[in-house]
Order: sequence, then structure tokens, then C-alpha cells
Amino acid sequence: MATNPAGGPLQKSTQERESVVIRFAGDSGDGMQLTGTRFTSESVLAGNDVGTLPDFPAEIRAPTGTLYGVSAFQINFSNKNVYTPGDDLDALVCMNPAALKTNIADLKQNGILIVDPAEFSTANLRKAEYEASPLEDNSLDKYQVYKVEVTKMTTLALKDTGLPNRSVMRSRNFFALGVVSWLFNRPIEPTLEWIQQRFGKTPVVAEANTLAIKGGYNLGENTDMFASSYEIKPAEIDPGTYRNITGNSATALGFVIAAQKAGLPLFLGSYPITPASDVLHELAEYKNYNVYTFQAEDEIAGVGAALGAAFGGALAITTTSGPGMNLKGETMGLAATVELPMVITNIQRAGPSTGMPTKPEQTDLLQAIYGRHGESPLPVIAASTPADCFHTAFEAARIAMKYMTPVILLTDGFLANASEPWLLPSVDDLPSIPVEFRTDPQGFFPYLRDEETLARPWVKPGTPGLEHRIGGIEKDYLTGNISYAPANHEQMVRVRHKKVAKITQEIPPTQVKGPEQGKLLVLGWGSTYGAIAAAVEAAQAQGHAVAHAHLRYLNPLPADLGDVLSRYEKVLVPEMNMGQLLKLIRAEYLIDAIGLNKIQGRPFKVSEVATRIARMLED
Amino acid sequence: MSTEAAVKLTRKDFVSDQDVRWCPGCGDYAILAQVQKIFPEFGIPKEKAVFISGIGCSSRFPYYMNTYGFHTIHGRAPAIATGLKISRPDLHIWLVTGDGDGLSIGGNHLIHALRRNVELKIMLFNNRIYGLTKGQYSPTSELGKVAKSTPMGSVDHPLNPISLAMGAEATFIARSIDTEAKHQQETLRRAAAHKGGAFIEILQNCNVYNDGAWEYLKAKDSKADTQLLLEHDKPMVFGKNKDRGIRLNGLTPEVVTIGNGVSTSDLLVHDEHDQTLAYLLGRMTPPNFPTPVGVLFSTQRPTIESLMNKQVQDAMEKSGPGNIETLLRRGDVWSVE
Repeated sequence: MATNPAGGPLQKSTQERESVVIRFAGDSGDGMQLTGTRFTSESVLAGNDVGTLPDFPAEIRAPTGTLYGVSAFQINFSNKNVYTPGDDLDALVCMNPAALKTNIADLKQNGILIVDPAEFSTANLRKAEYEASPLEDNSLDKYQVYKVEVTKMTTLALKDTGLPNRSVMRSRNFFALGVVSWLFNRPIEPTLEWIQQRFGKTPVVAEANTLAIKGGYNLGENTDMFASSYEIKPAEIDPGTYRNITGNSATALGFVIAAQKAGLPLFLGSYPITPASDVLHELAEYKNYNVYTFQAEDEIAGVGAALGAAFGGALAITTTSGPGMNLKGETMGLAATVELPMVITNIQRAGPSTGMPTKPEQTDLLQAIYGRHGESPLPVIAASTPADCFHTAFEAARIAMKYMTPVILLTDGFLANASEPWLLPSVDDLPSIPVEFRTDPQGFFPYLRDEETLARPWVKPGTPGLEHRIGGIEKDYLTGNISYAPANHEQMVRVRHKKVAKITQEIPPTQVKGPEQGKLLVLGWGSTYGAIAAAVEAAQAQGHAVAHAHLRYLNPLPADLGDVLSRYEKVLVPEMNMGQLLKLIRAEYLIDAIGLNKIQGRPFKVSEVATRIARMLED
Repeated sequence: MSTEAAVKLTRKDFVSDQDVRWCPGCGDYAILAQVQKIFPEFGIPKEKAVFISGIGCSSRFPYYMNTYGFHTIHGRAPAIATGLKISRPDLHIWLVTGDGDGLSIGGNHLIHALRRNVELKIMLFNNRIYGLTKGQYSPTSELGKVAKSTPMGSVDHPLNPISLAMGAEATFIARSIDTEAKHQQETLRRAAAHKGGAFIEILQNCNVYNDGAWEYLKAKDSKADTQLLLEHDKPMVFGKNKDRGIRLNGLTPEVVTIGNGVSTSDLLVHDEHDQTLAYLLGRMTPPNFPTPVGVLFSTQRPTIESLMNKQVQDAMEKSGPGNIETLLRRGDVWSVE
């Protein structure tokens, strides 16, 4: 529970809400990402389940006050399970007119709108392309508008710090956070502690931010600006230790821990690209975990260096996004034929070409499965939530080493930056990753295969007596020596396929949430998980025979999937693409599955999936 | 460099069981023979040696060495070798490439491998033609080269591999000739001994698609006039009668005849550690100059693999070897009961 830092009693009324979706929006210099992550921490400590989504501009430092310089952070917090960052907003905090212009459409009717009137100057209105101030016409009448003098009050609160105006303005976001923390009964103590940790080295900044957040909190507490505050009771959450994690952080951790479990160094070869670069940044911090990060000269060298490290006996990975995958394609073909383990991570973004680099899409599924020259099958697996990126990255690494094959891991820009509370796994519960390097020259052939997995032996250069050559030219089935023999080539193509197909033995039975048979199955993959789960749950609550299955393994597909699909009258496949899984499902199982496609660089809203489910149930 | 005990091996230990499939008369045979001949001298156990190549005639080389080998993708061998060397600094990695593989499709990777000073011994076989794709002009073909794709002559200016390596900040740059067995051996020995990445341009003859490309350098009766044999600390003298030399006129080298007031002491003295001199040598091309062969430049700089491994070791010493539980619990952690 929140306490009043000023020491006064809380005397206002409190309304209870099940869940709230709030968005902080401001100029990219306004510190909205920081405000959002702090509010998220306060909410998890208040016991809520949360889902978050940052939305920042592609421009690094867009001119102040412009529409394309708006940065936002959305949080959905609830006393129930949270699956997504939320659809429409219950509350919107706008630090300037541009933020209002670009975000107001998402605010619910009668939703809470907090604006700072001081920012609605003629110049700022012009930059936001407003002809008249929306605070003065009737355009905001359908919302609860709170004009909070953030700028003026922050200046007042900080007047004794001696900080210049420019520095004072940097604390505005903490003032706004204070106001909103009071409004939703969030405890601000964790943020006060955090301010000390983060800004402790510059006490004047720590003091300014502390004064600002307390000032905001007290404004709510002590003035009649807000008639009541809102309370969102704690959610029922599985016991355990949690941390809030983004998909990119979870991906990085999954790889580090897989390498630790395998007892190998981790080698990342990568070239900076949005939205994948944060995995490189994060892994660069983990050198004491025997992690090597190599920022290569280009995408090709990134995957090439990784392949070299795999040849040398490291757990090798590369990270990229769509266009980078094309550049890596040739090396993936080589990796497939020399059968060395590595993980190629594609953090998908809206394409083609530069497309919308900061926006998510699921448009590289068919590329992952088919997008190479020759017959070069590779396992493809996809993460469904930010925290699931950890488990999927770990699984990708495990499969790569067990089957001696490159594995493609798909996430996307939404998962990369979104966050959710993650129930930390017990390290002992994670599967072991046994790795055995061949050292015995007796009966050694480079392409002699394991019966269960069809994997060839992994031999580290430096091993006496096992000197051999590998390469891109077709190899003899056993010796690995160059072979152009026609029948041998077919045999090799087939065995490479068979090896990947054997991975079905790793796939657990498909989990269906909902009735085992019925009217409709909603089948998804990747980051659509949250929207589908929430929409299906809502339909089930209304008594409909609707079920949800979500695929982690896209190649090979689960062995029981055909059977699962056959138990429902209809199958709906929502995707952020033109229907790529849909095509696979229709081709593989000859069923008349139907697609729901959204290609806007934005995740599905729960309501969009729910509406389609309702329509399919009516038909 | 690894610290393994020197082992006694012979040429035969490095010959693989694969049939060599270059065209009869190809200059590559001579280079393979020299490498196999001198490799035992290095005292490297054969399991510690790795030959990596891209695509092209020269890139078949790893199949013929009884060491570890990786025949990779067109142009990408330096990238793959870099990853291997960083993660396995104990290995001795030799890279075989050509003028198409290394300077055209793989130009980017080559320059970055050189600037990073990855300890790779890079042998670039320069025959000024594409052989494996059957006779198109290459980035080192002379302007106006009539080849299959350029029936009226090539129109793009060739690049100079030595100048490229200088521009890429290579720490060891040398040039030799396929048929000059002794010189080649000595050059490769120097490359092997260099602590850091080495770039060796080997002028090599493609007798099928570009026969005689380097004939003016090799012909018995004229080679003394067309080659400038570089020796560290020795004046730059050449010619059948050792009567010609290179003198510096301002910032420009010039060919002079010894005698008539010009003595050996007026000549440039080769200093392989002098970067400026190396630039000048790289720009000395026929017909106005003899072609410098030997070690043009060498300097010392830490390798990327030593720096990267030091960072990992320092991080481990500072923070202790990573603990998984600690890693999972980084950041804001809370418990639910």
C-alpha cells in the first residue's frame, strides 16, 4: 500500500478497478521510457500482474516538440492475469501537444487525460500541427481532462536546489510519475530508493528528482485536483521470485545460461541492427560468463565468425533482423551442409527493406523455413512472450548442439522491447545440455551419424588423429570427402531433411487451452500469444467452445498438430503478416484454416482477435 | 602463440589422401609444394593447424593439407577464420584466397581481418583472372583486359593488393612468386614467425586463362631487371649486374644507374618497419619500376584475439566466473509468497 511521504492522512475516496491501461507520452527528451519502467516496478511491487510496451521514435534525437519525436510507454496492470500491454487506454499522460495529438485516439471515452497546460504554447501547438489549442476548444470534452501544471509545479518544488532551468525541466517526468503514482495508489518508495542508487553520485540530481516525485505525489494528496484515487488489488500470482524482463534481455540470458549448462564459451558474432542490437549490448556485459561478443564488419561476417567459432567448439550465435537474415542466408546454407551447431536469431521488424525498423511484424516465417538456396532445411522455433524468449533461446541452443544443426530463433520487435514479470526458473530445473566432443580416432568419420539424432560428431580442431576437412561442396555420406556422385547427393539431401524432421521427438504434445474439441481453434505463433490468449479466454468466459494452441516449433511442426487441428470445426490463424503460418498449415494438413492478418507494425489488440472469434462463431 | 612442445614432422605428414585437382601446370602446385615442404619446420602439431579458404581455384588448398580444414564461402573465409581464431587462439590458422575471392567479393572481410590484426597467415594467390568460373577478368586484371566477360577489354582500373593491405593497416605485408621456390619459402617462414596477421601476395600463373601474366617477372634473362628483391637494412639494388638501384628524389622514388657519381650509399635502404617506405614500395609498379618482392612491411601490434581474451579474463578476475543464479537475479527482483 502507498503511504503518504508528506506524512498526512489519506482522506480521499478510493475506487477499485480490476485493471488499468495507462500510457505516458512525451517528447523523446522527456524521459518517458524511464517513467514507464519506474511505474512498472511500482506496480509489480504493488502485487499486480503487468504487461508493458515502449513505443519510441526511429529518430535518435528528433527536434523537440515534433509529432515524430514523440516517445511513449504503455503499461497494463491488473488484479488478474495480464496477457498484453492492453488495447485502449484508461489513462493517458501527455507531456506536450505533440504527444496528445499522436496518442489521444487510443484513449477510451471518459478516460483520464493528464496534460501540462504550460506546454501548450503557440510554438508547441504549431509543431504539433494544432490550429487552436485543444485545451480551449471542445475537442477533449469526452475525456476527464486534468490540467496538471507539471512544469510550473516542478519549478516551484525545485526552486531551492539552485539548478538551472534546463536541469529542472529534466525532473518534470518524476513530477508526473508522482501524480500518477498517487492517482493509482502506487508506492513511490521503491522509486525513491532507485533514485538514490541511480543518481547517488550526483546528489543534486537525486535531490531534484526526489523533490519532483514527492511534489507530484503531494499534489494528488493535498489538493482537490482529483476527487478520488484508484486502487487495483494485488493479482493472484504464482509464488516464486520474479523480475521484470524484456524479450531481448531474456534472449541474451537464455543463450548465456545455455552455454553455461553446456560448459562452453558463448560466441556472438553480430552487426548492429534495430531492434536486435540490445542483445549484443547485453551480452557484451557478461564477459565474466565466458562470453565473447564480436561486432563484425557486416551481417555476413557476423554469422561467418559465429560459424568459425562453432567449428572451434563454442556455442555460437548471431543476432539480426529481417534484412540481415538475407545477408546471412548463404552462410546458413554452408552451416546446414557442414552440420555445425549455431543459433541464428531474427528479431523481426516491419519490412521489406528498411520498412519500419522499430515496428514489429511476423513476416519472416517463410523466409526462415524456406529462404535459402538449395535444399537446406533448418529447425525454426519462435518465442511467444518476452519471458518466453529466455526458454526459447535456451531450447534453440540445446537443439542446435544435440542435432548438430543451425537453428533459427524468431522473436520480433514487440517481444524485444515489451516486458513482463518473469518467474525465475530454478537453474537445476532447466534441461541439461550434454555436449560430447569426439576425441577417439578409432572408427572416426566426419559424417558418421548418431542413430537417434542423425547428428554427426562435433570435433574440435586441435584433437590429435581426427584431422579432417569440411566444406560447402557436397560430401560423401560417410567420409565427408568431396563427392559429386548423383545418388550420394540425394542421400545427403534426404538425410539432412530427416535429421531436422527427427527433432519432432523433442516437441512436447501440443498444449490446447480450452475444450479438446469444439467449434473453433485459434492457432498462433510468436508474439500474438497475449492477444489470442486474452481473446480466447474472454470467449470461453462467455461459454463458447473455443480453444487456443500456440506453436513454439515451426519447423518441424509438432507430430500431433494434424490431429489437434482435426478436432475443431474451424481454425483461425491470426498473424502479423499476410498469412504465412496459414499457408504452411493449409499445405501440410489440407484444412481450410482462415487467416486474420494485421500488417501495421503494431501488435494485435485483444478486441481485434475477439471480434473475429465472435464472427466465426456466428457463421 | 601456443606453447605446445615442438614436434618433428615431415612433408608427408601434411599431405592429405585427396587427389590434387588443379589443372596440370597450374602455379598452385608449386605453392602447395612449398607450404608442405616448410610446414614441418614450424614445429606445429598438425592437429593444431587449420587451413581455411573461400571459393576459387586456390581455395581447394585445404583439401590437400592433412590438417584441419574448412572450405567455406566465396570471400567469407576471413570472417569465419576470425571467429575461429578469437575463440581458439591456440590454433595456427592459414587462410588461402585469390584475387577474386579476397579482393572482389571478399574485399570487405579481408580489410577488416587485416586492421584487426587477427593472427591469420593470409596467402593471396594473385593470377589476375577468374579461373574457376572460366576466365573473366579480376580486380587485379590490367585495364583493357580482354576476357570472356570483356570482349572489348575491361574498363575498370585494377587495384593494388599491397596498397590495399597498407590502407587496411596490416601488420605484415609481403610479396612472392609461385615459381621462386626459395624466395617463397623464406617469405612464408617470415610470415609464420610474425606475431600477428600476415598478408602474403603470391604472384601465381593461371596457365589456362591468363598464361604468362607474370612472365615479365619470371623470365630467366630479364627477372633480375624486373624484380626488386627486398632485404631489410640493405640498399635497394637490382639488375643483372647489380648496377641499378632506387633513389629517393624528394618524396618520389626513382630508378638510377650506379656509377657516374651515383653510389650505393645514395640508394634507399630497405627498412621493413618504415610505413612510409612501405607505401612507396607498394606504389612501385612496372613499367617504370621493378616489382618489389619480399617483406615490404612488418610491425608489432596486439592481435584482436589477445585483446578480446584478455577482456574476458579480466572480467572473470574482477567479477569472478559467472554464477547463473546471480545472473538471473540481476536488476529488480521481488518475491511472491
